[in-house]
Amino acid sequence: MDTYINIYIERERDRGFGFFLTELSDYNRSGSNLKVEDNPELYFGPKIFRSSLHLIGSARVKKDQMRSFQSMLNYFPEEVLEHVFDFLTSHRDRNAVSLVCKSWYAVERFSREKVFIGNCYAISPDRLIARFPRVRSLTLKGKPHFADFNLVPHDWGGYVQPWIESMVKGGVNLEELRLKRMLVSDESLELLANSFPNFKSLVLVSCEGFTTDGLAAIASNCRFLRELDLQENEVEDRRGQWLSRFPDSCTSLVSLNFACLKGEVNLASLERLVARCCNLRSLRVNHAVPLDALQRILAQAPQLVDLGTGSFVHDPDSESYNKLETSMQKCTSITSLSGFLDVTARCLPAIYSICRHLTTLNLSYAPGIYSDELVKLICHCNKLERLLVLDTIGDKGLGVVASTCKELQELRVFPSDIYVVGNASVTEEGLVAISAGCPKLNSILYFCQQMTNAALITVAKNCPNFIRFRLCTLNPTVPDAVTMQPLDEGFGAIVKSCKGLKRLSVSGLLTDQVFLYFGRYAKQLEMLSIAFAGDSDKGMLYVLNGCKKLKKLEIRDSPFGNVALLADMGKYETMRSLWMSSCEVTLGACKTLAQKMPKLNVEIINESDQMEDSVDDKQKVEKMYLYRTLVGPRKDAPDFVWTL
Amino acid sequence: MIMESIIFPTVKGMAEEDYFSGSQEILHFFDLMSPPLLGVEGGGRGNAPLMSSSASVDCISQSGLGLKERNYLGLSDCSSVDSSGVSNVSEENKSNLNLKATELRLGLPGSRSPERDSDFILLSSDKLDEKQLFPLLPSKDGICSLMQKSIVSGNKRGFSDTMDGFSEKKCSVFAEGKWMFNATGSDSGTPQSVIEAKLAGNAGKNVILSNNSSGTQPTMKKEVPTRALQEGHNKMNGSNNNSSAPAAKAQVVGWPPIRSFRKNTLATTLKTNDEVDGKPVPGALFVKVSMDGAPYLRKVDLRTYSTYQELSSALEKMFMCFTIRQCGSQEAPGREMMGENKFKDLVHGSDYVLTFEDKDGDWMLVGDVPWEMFIESCKRLKIMKGSDAIGLAPRAMEKSKNQN
Repeated sequence: MDTYINIYIERERDRGFGFFLTELSDYNRSGSNLKVEDNPELYFGPKIFRSSLHLIGSARVKKDQMRSFQSMLNYFPEEVLEHVFDFLTSHRDRNAVSLVCKSWYAVERFSREKVFIGNCYAISPDRLIARFPRVRSLTLKGKPHFADFNLVPHDWGGYVQPWIESMVKGGVNLEELRLKRMLVSDESLELLANSFPNFKSLVLVSCEGFTTDGLAAIASNCRFLRELDLQENEVEDRRGQWLSRFPDSCTSLVSLNFACLKGEVNLASLERLVARCCNLRSLRVNHAVPLDALQRILAQAPQLVDLGTGSFVHDPDSESYNKLETSMQKCTSITSLSGFLDVTARCLPAIYSICRHLTTLNLSYAPGIYSDELVKLICHCNKLERLLVLDTIGDKGLGVVASTCKELQELRVFPSDIYVVGNASVTEEGLVAISAGCPKLNSILYFCQQMTNAALITVAKNCPNFIRFRLCTLNPTVPDAVTMQPLDEGFGAIVKSCKGLKRLSVSGLLTDQVFLYFGRYAKQLEMLSIAFAGDSDKGMLYVLNGCKKLKKLEIRDSPFGNVALLADMGKYETMRSLWMSSCEVTLGACKTLAQKMPKLNVEIINESDQMEDSVDDKQKVEKMYLYRTLVGPRKDAPDFVWTL
Repeated sequence: MIMESIIFPTVKGMAEEDYFSGSQEILHFFDLMSPPLLGVEGGGRGNAPLMSSSASVDCISQSGLGLKERNYLGLSDCSSVDSSGVSNVSEENKSNLNLKATELRLGLPGSRSPERDSDFILLSSDKLDEKQLFPLLPSKDGICSLMQKSIVSGNKRGFSDTMDGFSEKKCSVFAEGKWMFNATGSDSGTPQSVIEAKLAGNAGKNVILSNNSSGTQPTMKKEVPTRALQEGHNKMNGSNNNSSAPAAKAQVVGWPPIRSFRKNTLATTLKTNDEVDGKPVPGALFVKVSMDGAPYLRKVDLRTYSTYQELSSALEKMFMCFTIRQCGSQEAPGREMMGENKFKDLVHGSDYVLTFEDKDGDWMLVGDVPWEMFIESCKRLKIMKGSDAIGLAPRAMEKSKNQN
C-alpha cells in the first residue's frame, strides 16, 4: 500500500463478470506507471475505491495511464456501474465519478437523486433538471453566510420560487427540499405542497419570508410528510391553526421541529398528532407548549429520540411535575435534548433520568439556566458528544464538562448577553480545560472575553483533530491577554497541528503573519472567516496562494485591497464565493475583475444613498460579493445590488 | 481547458469536447466539495503572476483616469491631500477639535448633543469642499477609509431592522467623532504614535473597539511600543472616551457574529423574564443598576451572586470605565483587583457609594443588611455620588434593626 492505490470494483455475481483489479500508481509518490491487471484474488474495500476515483476524477494521472484505465473500464456495462455508484453517497464522490469519462458521466447523471447546490445563483433550475432528471432531493443555499449577522439586506435575494416553478414544469418527482438562507414565500410553500404528491421532507434553515399559512398548506396537502424541520427561521405568525391542518390520515411524521415559531400553538392538535404518528423520532416544540402538555406528549411518545422542550416552567411540588418525572424516566431512547427557552431551574431534576443517555445537549437558548444548575445537569451527562451552551457556564463549568464528557466532539459556547462585558463569561482557561479533558473534540465555536497565544498553542497540542475551529473574541481586535501581542502564533499553532481543518474563523488582534501560517499549513481549509485582521494585501495573498482547497472566503473590515483581489483571478473560479466588506477594494478593481472573468458575478451591495450611478472608480466598495456562476448576472437583484 | 488537454487524447472515441468541458464546469457548481481540478489550477497558477501584474496596473491606470472632479463623499479630496501637508493641517484641526467635542456629555446611549453636531459642520465647512456631506479629518488614507466605512455603515438598511438599530446608527457617528479625537491626540504624542495613526484603517478600528472593560486595551501593532501607547491612550482618553466606550462596543454591525435570530430570541426572553412584575420569575432576579454620571443603565441578576463581594466585583467590571478614573487606579486589570476593596476605594477615595431601593421605596446603603435580606428587598441599584448618599446609612441600620 505504500506506493499503490488500488481500485476494486465489486463483482456483479449474477452477471458473472470477473474481478478487476487496478493498481494505480500513486501520483503523489512516484508519478510512475499505471498497471491494469486482471487479478481475481485480491479484494480491496470501498474506501480505496473512493480515493482512487478521486485520483482519476481530479486528473492526477498521466495521459497514458488514463488511457489504459479508460480502456479497461469499457468492459463494464452501465448496469454494473450504476450499481457500484449506488454505494457512493457523498456529493464529492459522485462528482469525482462523473469526471472520469463520458459514459460514467452519463450513468451518474441518470442515477443521481440527491443534488446539492451551494449557491442558488450559480446555476439555473433548468440546467439542474436537464442534467439530473431523476433528482428527488434538492439542497439549496441562498444568501451569503454573513447574512446571518445582519450584513446583507433582507431583500438581497435568494428566492426559492423559480426553483420550485421549474421543477413543477420539468415534472420532477421531488421528495425532499432543504433550504438554507433563502427567501421562501407562502406562495412557494403552497406550490410545493400542491405539486409534488410524494413530497416527504422539508427542512428550512435560517429562511424567511413565509408565515404559518404556508406551513398550513404543507401540513394539509403533503400526505406522506415525514419531516418538517424549521431551524432558526423568521416566521410570521398568523395565529392560523396550522398544526390542526394535519389531516387525521397523517401518521407518517418522523420529525417535527417548530421551535423557532413565536406564536401560540393548538395543544390539542399537537397531542393528537403526536399520538397518531407512532414513528415520530424527533420533536421540538416552541415555548408556547407548557410543561404539562409536554408531559402528556411524552407519555404518548416514549419512543422519541430527539426532544426539544417548550416552556419548562412549573412548580416542582405539583402533580404534573411529578408526572413529568415519571414520563421522562420511560423515555430511555432520548439522546438529544434542546429547548428550555423559558425555564425554572428547580424543574431541571426532572430530566436527570435521561441525561446519561444524552449524546446531544443544546442549552444555547436557555438563558434561565445558570452556572450552578448547568453544572449539576452536565454532571449527569457523561456520554455527551455535542454540547451547545451559553457562556454563563463560566470557565469553572467548562472544567466540569472537561472532566465529565470524555466523548465530547463538538462544543459551542455562545455569549449570553453581547452588550454586557464582564459578567459570567468564559476565557482561555475554559478552552484549555476542555482541550485537555476532551481528546475527541473536533469542532468548536467559542465566544470569549479574552484569549492568549499560550492557550491556543496548548489547545492545538491537545486536540489535533479539529475540523472546525471558530474562535470569536467579543472585542474583535483584542490582543493576547497576557503578553499584549497579536494572536498570530496561537492561530498559527492551530493550523499547524490540525491538519484536517476545514473551517476556520479568527478574531483578536492579528497581523499578516497569521495568514502566512494559514497559507503554509491549512491545506484542507475550505471556509475561512476573517474580521478586523491583517495589515496589508500580503495577508490575503498568503491565503489565496496557499489554501488550495479554499471554497469560501469571507472578509470584513480588513485592510486588503485591489492588489490582493486581482492577483490571481483564476482562483475565484475554483471557489464558491468571496465576500469582502469594509475592505480597501475599489469599484474600479471590481469592474476589472468582472470584465476579465466572465464566469464570475461580481456584485456590489450599495446601501448608501449618496452613491449614484456616476461613481468614481476609485471609490471603495462597502460590500462586495463575488461567486462563480454559469448563468450570468442574476435577474432578480434589487436596486442596491449592482452586478458589474 | 487544461483539463481537456489532459483527458481528451486519452479517452478513446470521445470527441465532444464541449460536452465534456461543460460537464466539468457544471460539476463545480453542483458540488462545492469537489476537489479543485488540478489541471485547471495548475494552469491558473502559471498565468497568475503575469495576469495579476497586468491587471493591477490596468486597474490603477483606469481608476486614475476615472478620477473625476466631482467629489461625492469628499473622499478624494482627503486622500489627495499631500502627505507633507498632513501634519500641518492636523495641527490646525487639533486646536479646533478638542474643545466641546471632548467634553463629557451625559445622555442616552447613542444620543448626540446638538453642539457637537455643529462642531462637526463648522469644521468641515472650514476645511473642506462644501459639497462634502461628512466632515473628515484631513489625514492619511487609513483614516479616510475608516470614515468612509462609518459613513456608509450609518446608512445600512439591514440595520434599521434590528431592534435597537436606530440608536446604534446614531451611535456610530458618535464613535467616529471619538476616534478622530483620539487620533489627533496621539499625533501630538510620540513619533511612534504618528506611525501608528498611519497604519491603514486597522489601528483606528482598534481604538473604536477598545473598550474592553477588563482593561486589555488593544495595543496597536506589534512594531509599536505597547507600553508607551497604552499610557498615551489612557491619558488622552480620559473620562470622555470611557463614557461612550461601551456604547461604541454595541454598535459594530454584525459583531460579535451571532445569528440575528439567536440575538432576537434571547433578547425577547430576557425582556419577558425581566418584565414579569410582582410575580418573581424563578431562577433570575434582574434589577436595574444606574450610576450617577453614566449615560446608560445596566441590569444584573442578583441570583447569580451569593455575596456582596461578588456583586460588587461584577458592578465594578461593568462600570469600570467610570470608577477607574474616579479612583485614579491604574493598576493592571485582573481578578485580583476586584472585590470589596474596590468599592471601598470607591466609597472613600472617590465619593461613590452603592445604594439600593428597597421594597418600600427607601434608598439604603448596600452592605448594611444580610445578603439574603438584601436580594429579597432590592428593587434597583444605584451607584451614587457620596455626597448625595449622606444620611442613607443610618436609616438602613435602623430599618434592619427594626426588622430583626
